[in-house]
Amino acid sequence: MGRYVARRLLQMIPVFIGTTLLIFLMVYALPGDPVRGLFGDKAGSPQVIAALRHEYGLDQPILVQYWNYMKDMILHGDFGTQIASGRPVTEVLGDAFPVTMRLASLAFAIEVVLGIALGVVAGLRAGRLTDNVVLLITLLFISVPVFVLGFIAKLVFAEQLGWMDPNVNDSTDYGQLLMPAIVLATASLAYVTRLTRTSIAENRRADYIRTAIAKGLPKSRVVGVHLMRNSMIPVITYLGTDIGALMGGAVVTEGLFNIQGVGGTIYESLVRREGTTLVGLVTILVLIYLLANLLVDLLYAVLDPRIRYA
Amino acid sequence: MPDVTKTDVKTDAADPVGAAPVAKAAESKPEKSRSLWGDAWADLRRSWIFIVSSVLIFFLLLITFFPGWFTSAQPVLGDLSNHYLQKPKLGEVGSPDWLGYDQQGRSVYARVIYGTRASVAVGFGTTILVTLVGSLVGMIAGYFGGIVDSILSRLTDVFFGIPFLLGTMVVLNSFPERTTWVVIGALGFFGWTQISRVMRGAVITTKQSDYVQAAKALGASTPRIMFRHILPNTMAPVIVVATISLGVYIAAEATLSFLGLGLSGVSWGNDISDGGNSIRVAQWIMLYPSIMLSITVLAFIMLGEAVRNALDPKMR
Repeated sequence: MGRYVARRLLQMIPVFIGTTLLIFLMVYALPGDPVRGLFGDKAGSPQVIAALRHEYGLDQPILVQYWNYMKDMILHGDFGTQIASGRPVTEVLGDAFPVTMRLASLAFAIEVVLGIALGVVAGLRAGRLTDNVVLLITLLFISVPVFVLGFIAKLVFAEQLGWMDPNVNDSTDYGQLLMPAIVLATASLAYVTRLTRTSIAENRRADYIRTAIAKGLPKSRVVGVHLMRNSMIPVITYLGTDIGALMGGAVVTEGLFNIQGVGGTIYESLVRREGTTLVGLVTILVLIYLLANLLVDLLYAVLDPRIRYA
Repeated sequence: MPDVTKTDVKTDAADPVGAAPVAKAAESKPEKSRSLWGDAWADLRRSWIFIVSSVLIFFLLLITFFPGWFTSAQPVLGDLSNHYLQKPKLGEVGSPDWLGYDQQGRSVYARVIYGTRASVAVGFGTTILVTLVGSLVGMIAGYFGGIVDSILSRLTDVFFGIPFLLGTMVVLNSFPERTTWVVIGALGFFGWTQISRVMRGAVITTKQSDYVQAAKALGASTPRIMFRHILPNTMAPVIVVATISLGVYIAAEATLSFLGLGLSGVSWGNDISDGGNSIRVAQWIMLYPSIMLSITVLAFIMLGEAVRNALDPKMR
């Protein structure tokens, strides 16, 4: 087990380097210059611009910049400085991440609980009315893009019914975050439901289920322990990749409901050509994604004792 | 008794896509053996999901190629005397007034009609690009294995690890003029990984088959083995993923347009974004492009669903 984890962590290194390098190259290949942007409409004297560029290390070759950036990040936990505000990027990240974490974890909880519950119900009744209704609803959830859904939610619940504020004023209040979280979770919820349904519908005919029933186990135990445990592997795989996707996908939801999180910061730094902030945010998202995948692989062994990591 | 005791036939018979009549028909009369594709086609023709989605897609393609058949109004011609606060005349089906006007006095109906082209073009273009690149990379990785596979698989991991929407946003942000080709390229740049993984898996399985070994023994060249012998037997899972992703890319293009990073011209995402500003007073500016977009995505996802049910033997 320990050796497996160590090997997986080692395998993550090239992927981590590759991903950050790709992002770094993409961001710095962008036309536009944040230093010139500091001067607004004025031209700015060439000496000052050159001095500032030197201060931020922007005058060095791109690979040297990447090397310095990674060195600072890994050795000192230093993600660089935001050029427009002069704040360290870690501080900006510290403001934005908790907000998005709250939003994404709420969405994740909704998707896990509702998705698995609906999937089990539909899977056990595969082919009957309940199943078809669930399939149809999830099809709709997948098809309506998240920003359309967000607008509908705002129009109906905020403008017409007046149940909520159209914008989130206090991002520490889970009650206010509920609606954005539901909007963010819908598409993933539909996928979780469908995966669970297919898996349950397939496994419920398995021999071990027949044995469990023949032994006279109560239905709750047959479904809850025997069937669930064996049906969760594809669902867990999906959930693992979805943690990162939820945080990235929050760009749209956060914009719609005016939440000041990672999404908003990413969008802002993109428009303002704030390379350091952008690279820092995406790097953390990639790390979350990689760690979630590792966790999923370890969960396989818990769910299915036949899988052993020597 | 719990549902779990139901036999295989029962559960299959109630398959929502209408696989049931097919299964019975196949049992009752002896037919000559059909290929996977023949079987799939027979399944598809009987599936209501397939029929509904095909009809929808047929109309979408008509609108794409002949927008002039549906409206005489021009999508980019704004006439401010057509004030956007006047209610749409829902009775006058097909007139420029039908779905109201936007803030610049342009007919919402005409914009909905002409916006179809952008979405459909990006959807098809990206899917084709992604299928070509992904299949090629997956085929090479799966066929040669070893170090080639390791390198290509890590490369796939790298592209897969970057959040899709964020990656395309960064790429598109560097283009001032975002044509259809630019958007297709950006979506394709991050989108090929899924097909590549599917293809690699399929190739590794197929490579072991006797007929591939036989072709090798007969001295067939590597490209010939790859494209004549292995490729046809790995197409099914790739086609399934590609069909579903058509709808996903259309939704992605609209999302990018909505964020202001999509197509520069007439596009549903742009209109929905603009309409969102007037959501209190003129919902129709946002509503009709949204409905059309959702129907389009739904049609392609349903098509993908039907194709998957027909091609996946597990679903039978």
